[in-house]
Amino acid sequence: MNTNVDICGVKLKNPVMTASGTFGSGREFSELTDINKIGAVVVKGVAAVSWQGNPPPRIAEVYGGMLNSVGLQNPGVDHFIEEDIPFLRQYDTKIVVNVCGHTIDQYREVVKRLKGQDIDLLELNISCPNVDEGGMAFGTDPVMVERVVSEVKKEADRPLIVKLSPNVTDITATAKAAVSGGADALSLINTLTGMKIDVHRRAPVLYRKIGGMSGPAVKPIALRMVYEVCKCVDVPVIGMGGISNGEDALEFIMAGATAVAIGTASFVNPNAAVDTVRGIEEYMSRYGIEDISELRGIIE
Amino acid sequence: MKTIEKAKVISNKFIDGNICDMVIECSRIAREAVPGQFAEVYPDNGVNILARPISICEINRIQGTVRLVFQIVGKGTKLFSQLRSGDTVRVLGPCGKGYELIEDVESTALLVGGGIGIPPLLETCKQLNCNKIAVLGYRSGSFLADEFREAGAKVFITTDDGSLGFKGNVVELIKAENISADIIYSCGPRVMLNALSDWAEEKDIRCLVSMEERMACGIGACVGCAIAIKEGDGFTYKKVCKDGPVFDSREVCR
Repeated sequence: MNTNVDICGVKLKNPVMTASGTFGSGREFSELTDINKIGAVVVKGVAAVSWQGNPPPRIAEVYGGMLNSVGLQNPGVDHFIEEDIPFLRQYDTKIVVNVCGHTIDQYREVVKRLKGQDIDLLELNISCPNVDEGGMAFGTDPVMVERVVSEVKKEADRPLIVKLSPNVTDITATAKAAVSGGADALSLINTLTGMKIDVHRRAPVLYRKIGGMSGPAVKPIALRMVYEVCKCVDVPVIGMGGISNGEDALEFIMAGATAVAIGTASFVNPNAAVDTVRGIEEYMSRYGIEDISELRGIIE
Repeated sequence: MKTIEKAKVISNKFIDGNICDMVIECSRIAREAVPGQFAEVYPDNGVNILARPISICEINRIQGTVRLVFQIVGKGTKLFSQLRSGDTVRVLGPCGKGYELIEDVESTALLVGGGIGIPPLLETCKQLNCNKIAVLGYRSGSFLADEFREAGAKVFITTDDGSLGFKGNVVELIKAENISADIIYSCGPRVMLNALSDWAEEKDIRCLVSMEERMACGIGACVGCAIAIKEGDGFTYKKVCKDGPVFDSREVCR
């Protein structure tokens, strides 16, 4: 049985990744799951310098999901290079670095610093809803998407995945813009903007009032968007949004995704990514599928 | 080392109003846990996806059980209150950094708990081998107070309504009774902890506070449970679930 997938020349042993911001750089999960069994670890967003993040509360639970407004708190690219790359290289998995910035120059700065480092893929985060500058502000306007991607791509010495925001009317417009800008692959979806009010306190639960929604409840929306994007671009697509198990992952693969990522499910079950790999394998053996590619994009 | 266990409920009962007292069998967590740590308990109902952080009230390594005393505050805790002996519940633990226990038997430890902040201080009290004073603040009632006495503490009770013990808050009682100590272990509402920290600073007593914040993963990965901790002239956000929940009161921005 072959579960290998190829993302822009990088061979993953299976199509299951972790979603950025839900797995740290793997350290916290290493005592609870086997990182060697995961196709790739997509690390939490890395900026040029350390970012403080948003004031708490940053988390709210909603029906079948959650809201977050962490705001990309991270210790910066130098810390990442010194601490996290050596840590992750102990494991048999690929390293995907999620790159964030408030300005095009800041994105470029991170990618420049990562040149020659021992990593496999870059993921450009132009879709975080929890920062005022950069993030989703770049990711919802196709003209801006193309410009940011082409500017960052100039500095990249690894294939560049562009992570798309679902907070748009037409996801295919930003998807095509990213590809014209030079994206080697696309990943989607980032979180959907959402809100929760505590009626007893008569106040929003999150300090920033609005946050990003994720979890099982967003899966149908994510799947629809992945399906639409796969129909309109030729680059590999990494599907995510509410995936918790093998069957969820297979829906995205049948919709056309080359790989998938496990996000919020890792908070619910730290072993969710590994369980998803096992679920895919069980499905393949049950239906006599020799190669995962036989299932990719089978939905017309 | 943290583990996830499918814990068997040994007993579960209400001990006061909406306060539940649940003992669960989870031998690996019981073996590793120290006072002040917490467990992440999963509702697993498909709707409430996140685990609820619940402080560990008692640890029994021999029987492989931990005791969780929690308040019903929402759907998750309501669900846990309905578990019956023999049911199972998924638990991750032990999480976080617990209380550092002083060794000097001559010294005096002051345990200060407010409401649902009281339970983690019980195991702390049991494991401390020194003079112990417990100041327990309630809205009304006095759950667990007898067990602090059995654990060798001199117990003072305050209630908001004056129905039992001193009428007022814990800091007022500490001042009124002229209580002093070498170290303070505390857990409770933020406003109580702030007032206690002010008093401890004034008296130059080391004060350990157990903090609370909304969290998702409970292991330090999601960076949701941020708490402002002093750093230089400013502050940095640390994680309640991993860097805490116990902090030195002098580090915490008030």
